[in-house]
Amino acid sequence: MVNCFHCGDACLDVEIKHEEKSFCCHGCKTVFDILHDNHLSYYYDLENTPGISPKEIAGKFDFLDNEAIVEKLLEFNDGNTQIVSFLIPSIHCSSCIWILENLNKLNPSVKSSQVNFPEKTVRITFSTEENSLKNLVILLSRIGYEPYISLDDSEKKEKYINRSLIYKLGIAGFAFGNIMFLSFPEYFEHSEFWLDQFKPFFRWLMFAFSLPVVFYSGSGYFTSAYKGLRSKILNIDVPIALGIAVLFIRSTIDIVFDLGTGFFDSLSGLVFFLLLGKFFQQKTYSYLSFERDYKSYFPIAVTRLFKNAEGNTIEEQAEVYTVQKGDRLLIRNNEIIPVDAILIKGNALIDYSFVTGEAEPISKQSGDKLFAGGKQQAGILEVEVLKPVAQSYLTQLWSNDVFSKDKFGIFESITDSISKRFTVVLLTIAFISTIFWLVVDPSKAFNVFTSVLIVACPCAIALAAPFTLGNVLRIFGREKLYLKEASVIEQMAKLDTVVFDKTGTLTTNQKNMISYEGIALSEEEKQLLTSTLRASSHPLSRSLYNMLDKNNIQTLDEFEEEVGKGISATAKNNSIKVGSYEFVGYYDELTSEVKNRTTVHISANQVYKGCYIFNSEYRKGVAEIFEQLGIDKDVVVLSGDNEGERERLEELLPKGTKLYFNQKPDDKLNFIKALQQNGKQVLMIGDGLNDAGALKQSDVGFVISENTNVFSPACDGILHATRFNKIGDFLNFSKKGIKIIKWAFLFSLFYNLIGLTFAVTGHLKPVVAAILMPLSSISIVIFTTIATQYVGKKLRTNINK
Amino acid sequence: MTIIYMLLAISVFVALIFFALFIYSVKKGQYDDTYTPSVRMLFEDELVKEGSANIKNTSKKTITKPETEPATWQE
Repeated sequence: MVNCFHCGDACLDVEIKHEEKSFCCHGCKTVFDILHDNHLSYYYDLENTPGISPKEIAGKFDFLDNEAIVEKLLEFNDGNTQIVSFLIPSIHCSSCIWILENLNKLNPSVKSSQVNFPEKTVRITFSTEENSLKNLVILLSRIGYEPYISLDDSEKKEKYINRSLIYKLGIAGFAFGNIMFLSFPEYFEHSEFWLDQFKPFFRWLMFAFSLPVVFYSGSGYFTSAYKGLRSKILNIDVPIALGIAVLFIRSTIDIVFDLGTGFFDSLSGLVFFLLLGKFFQQKTYSYLSFERDYKSYFPIAVTRLFKNAEGNTIEEQAEVYTVQKGDRLLIRNNEIIPVDAILIKGNALIDYSFVTGEAEPISKQSGDKLFAGGKQQAGILEVEVLKPVAQSYLTQLWSNDVFSKDKFGIFESITDSISKRFTVVLLTIAFISTIFWLVVDPSKAFNVFTSVLIVACPCAIALAAPFTLGNVLRIFGREKLYLKEASVIEQMAKLDTVVFDKTGTLTTNQKNMISYEGIALSEEEKQLLTSTLRASSHPLSRSLYNMLDKNNIQTLDEFEEEVGKGISATAKNNSIKVGSYEFVGYYDELTSEVKNRTTVHISANQVYKGCYIFNSEYRKGVAEIFEQLGIDKDVVVLSGDNEGERERLEELLPKGTKLYFNQKPDDKLNFIKALQQNGKQVLMIGDGLNDAGALKQSDVGFVISENTNVFSPACDGILHATRFNKIGDFLNFSKKGIKIIKWAFLFSLFYNLIGLTFAVTGHLKPVVAAILMPLSSISIVIFTTIATQYVGKKLRTNINK
Repeated sequence: MTIIYMLLAISVFVALIFFALFIYSVKKGQYDDTYTPSVRMLFEDELVKEGSANIKNTSKKTITKPETEPATWQE
């Protein structure tokens, strides 16, 4: 088998020899020529077969002739120079970076281009005098890097990156280091003339360094504590803020009245470690987006038809938002229908896999209603708009309240639940010991009160969760479960109900099981069938062809394809018809069982033979995963389809699994809501846009994705399809993570006890605090990391078993 | 020993310079993408020229426009 020099695919049907290299298609060869002619063949030296086969784009980017749309896409425009950022999903290797950053060698109008590899974007500065945005996009598409432009891009978002955490961390680290050095001489309490001379100077310098730490780096803890108190929650930030404030005030008083060095070293160290924990917890998968809605799928523009004064039909590229009810639209092959519409003209073969996850396209006749979100797969359509984009059957789902709520603002994290009790106990100890010392030795009372608050500051407790969850998040990422944020893990541990979507989630959306029903075909007929299918580009023909034996392919004498109906062919006096039931030529009533299925009918020499039935194939391990989850959880299947598959599902799944059919997107959302009102913690597992509401409403929403480069709807986590049958393992692992956090809490309480014995007896020296605080923090970090990695190793062996 | 004031002033000053550089680099977005630069720095001066003598004579082919008009989509 020869592989393509450009894209690395096997050259199946054709092999094009060119310059002593093999190519799988003309597209690949053209890209090679372009690069070669411009002396850019280093592209192929950098990586083996780095290329992407360019797709047919004729007419696809005509909407870039519309100035208003172009203006919306540009980041910067001063008339001469324009800057634009494109998302290019096909960026995947260093060759991609290299070629895209050398665009100016292909077209001198490009002034500079810079790739952001993790985000798969390229930012291009080009001069408008020599080039237009449309030509730029066409150039990119011609070398295989087609930009992805969607409705999402039409809303200019302020590109604001919040870097404040890095600043805060940087400042705290900077101050921590310097203060450590400055406080070092006094740790030994060595009386020495010069040391005493410089004491005040050193102390005030430390004070100066600590100011930005308290008032900038630590500011987040004060605001969070204030917010918590106002809503009457004792969150973990309350004792932390108290600790920071007491540390700062006590230390300042100490140096003003020359009572001691103060605790500036512990103060800056505390803030630094806490911020480090926050930073570690933030693990982002930049190329995955967890916030997508329908806008990321829908096109930015459509072709609108209208009649001018002379009565000629004119095509116009219109923004999708300007489309009104009653407008006529032209939908080309592979375009997405952005509105609910009625089919006027053309053969519709609509792929709804974005929406439902259904693998097979659906055929529609003129007069039928087409729902938004379908992708046309056969030729041109003319449609009349019924509902504009924001009000369609699919998109009105997003007007539900659930989409404007922040899901994780509401729940109490494990750290907050322990901090409630912790804070109460801490304050009690502080007050009791203060009262005790007021009676025994009033001069020490203030000292003891502040010492207790300082030493008991729950730094280690606050670090336990971020580091454990951060580690778990990374382990999940390695095993191809990509979570939006660490708090999802805590929610995962609490789940007691799992709801599955059927199509695309339980079933694969790539493979199909094809079975034949009817009179067996003879060898000759089979050969003729394969030869006929080979010439057709219809998706059903392709999948059927892939399944059949490809021996003895014949040359056809005649071949005719009627789009949307079927194909007929003759060879050696044999004729065959393949296609819809009507096309094949028989009008007998079909059994309803066959009617509900996707079928391809065959007749040979005017005799009806039978049909191939396409059954959706269930993923590997569906039954096992239901068994496993069923042990301690309720498992439900929620499907948007009709009941055609009920029997098969009942056979496949454990008895007692609840099955619901004919669920509209809204129904799914409400179903989840009803479960939650009954006190259930729900995990929703779906894949298409029609699950978007349920995914958002559920406590945890996962999306199954065959290819993480393909967009998936807003969710809390994206699970790679190969790991589908491991969901139970992932859920168990999250529970173990919570257990580790609880152990870490115990561990840090132990440190607090040691510290408190120093504090209540009035013996807390700055040097003790300076040792105890980092020691407890670091040992907690080490403990959680080792524990999670150890459990993670088990998870991995489990998954790869 | 009063030199220590001087030394401290210098050391704090140097530390502040590095600190300012750090803030500047964060602000410029150098920490937004920590992967691409690591690949970019390994690229060579890469134009592959065969028979580089005649390159100057042949006008560089630039593709501003597709060579053929986009064919109208066919049904």
